[in-house]
Amino acid sequence: MSELINNSAAELSGKLAAGEVTAVELTQAHLDRIAAVDGSINAFLHVNTDEALAVAAEVDAARSKGEELHPLAGVPIAVKDLIVTKGQPTTAGSRMLDGWLSPYDATVVRKIRAAKMPMLGKTNLDEFAMGSSTEHSAFGPTRNPWNLDRIPGGSGGGSAAAVAAFEAPLALGTDTGGSIRQPGAMTGTVGVKPTYGGVSRYGAIAMASSLDQIGPVTRTVLDSALLHELIGGHDPADSTSLTDPVGPLVEAAKMGNVSGLRIGVIKELNGEGYQDGVREKFQESLELLRGAGAEIVEVSCPNFDHALGAYYLIMPSEASSNLAKYDGVRFGNRVLPEGQTTIERVMGATREAGFGDEVKRRIILGTYALSAGYYDAYYGSAQKVRTLIQRDFDAAFSKVDVLISPTAPTTAFKLGEKLEDPLAMYLNDVATIPANLAGVPGLSLPGGLAEEDGLPVGIQLLAPVREDARLYRVGAVLETMLEEKWGGPLLAQAPELAEGRLQTEGAK
Amino acid sequence: MSTLRREQVAHLARLAHIDMADDELDRMAGELDVIVDSIKSISEAAGDDVPATSHPIPLANVYREDVVGETLTNEEALSGAPDSADGRFKVPAILDED
Repeated sequence: MSELINNSAAELSGKLAAGEVTAVELTQAHLDRIAAVDGSINAFLHVNTDEALAVAAEVDAARSKGEELHPLAGVPIAVKDLIVTKGQPTTAGSRMLDGWLSPYDATVVRKIRAAKMPMLGKTNLDEFAMGSSTEHSAFGPTRNPWNLDRIPGGSGGGSAAAVAAFEAPLALGTDTGGSIRQPGAMTGTVGVKPTYGGVSRYGAIAMASSLDQIGPVTRTVLDSALLHELIGGHDPADSTSLTDPVGPLVEAAKMGNVSGLRIGVIKELNGEGYQDGVREKFQESLELLRGAGAEIVEVSCPNFDHALGAYYLIMPSEASSNLAKYDGVRFGNRVLPEGQTTIERVMGATREAGFGDEVKRRIILGTYALSAGYYDAYYGSAQKVRTLIQRDFDAAFSKVDVLISPTAPTTAFKLGEKLEDPLAMYLNDVATIPANLAGVPGLSLPGGLAEEDGLPVGIQLLAPVREDARLYRVGAVLETMLEEKWGGPLLAQAPELAEGRLQTEGAK
Repeated sequence: MSTLRREQVAHLARLAHIDMADDELDRMAGELDVIVDSIKSISEAAGDDVPATSHPIPLANVYREDVVGETLTNEEALSGAPDSADGRFKVPAILDED
């Protein structure tokens, strides 16, 4: 494996600017890595070799002419296959869209193109981003680079695994209930869900519109800040997009101190139901932050106990509405039923064949929650709980600057372990969901390896709406202290992936 | 609150335009029953005086200038359609013949 791919995006940006490496060499090194290891990881649904190399060549040509370039120009990136791209297929991990090509680019993709970042390809996900393990992809599961028999988290397991396996230095994810942060925790990588509306969702295939958010997936906190600054900002094409400027996120990541900051430990997101090794690593991070001069206090958010229930009413309700557009008429696949082919029957047959089990479950659940006689009791009540959760955050942030919790209650579980038990799968998102319900930003960074299984543990930081910079400030300091303790990045402890052959029976 | 019966799931599947075979309906009813059971306490979590939140960061109506923006060409709009004719989406029969 080329040493080049071990570098962070910030380091690569420096090497490119200094002429130590060309964008073509760098892109090729990542394409080689994908060819060597993705047979066992299955992070990519599509590899965009020709276009990526062409963009890289453009960057090299522009640089040799002395043209001004974006700092991330020539740094390759992978894109979650929920985000539409011209010239590359977008499947959303579903048979429904197998073979579909978007006629337009998502706003974040336009920004990536404008910055001349070579797009390496599209990454695997749970179908329509519905899941916590990437096992609900219609194109086979992604495997965790730390242990190929374990899930990489979900829904953005492909993006997280690609970054963890050094197939890409950067990736884009989407987070509706934890789909960026939880895979970050499972794979020992960094993932950020920005403030709701902080990054345009135009061109992100909608699951639950009041919760969905695009964000960065990286190996370091600084890299997330760099990518977040590029993709953030107002977009008139997304009417939920905030008009605020992105803010000095990179500067925050470089600040290097937390002294005097008040950090609140959320009582409800710790303790019972959390794996021992997760709790130990969480305590360790708290001690480090305290040692760096932060004031650690406990805060209570009593309504978080209802967050999972509210989420599993609001999300399927919105999803059932958003997914009504897959009707076999305007895009995607059409299945003709036997006998008479009226539009009604075509829709029924198309949606039966095109959607997988989890998507059907959520559509039916959402249809139920929104149906006459149940709307007030379910959807209406869930929206009230949402208010209570926002109030809990408001009360907590009146006392502290940031909140902290484990990102997920456990480390990566085994493939197949929770596939037959949807409720157990949902419980994995218990710590990440409140942020989506309230729209606040959240960041997950690696907090070490759990003693009992040697798998990564995620630490989650949460900040008030529009205060994403605080996440980067605290996250970068904690990351530095942890890496000092480990003697390098956590991913340096990951087992070496054998290149060029399948490692586990049944992979791909 | 009532639990989800098989007939109810069949009705919901019809509303959602998803054909479901008998065994799938049985399985779905069982799974959804467990899920609904675990979330139904939500209806008692908040009092009547709590307002509903539909959007995490409320924005007032968002308008733009009434000018033609960037639009897809007819060809682009139809490029992903399963069937089209004369520059339009081609839809199967709307009405049953019988």
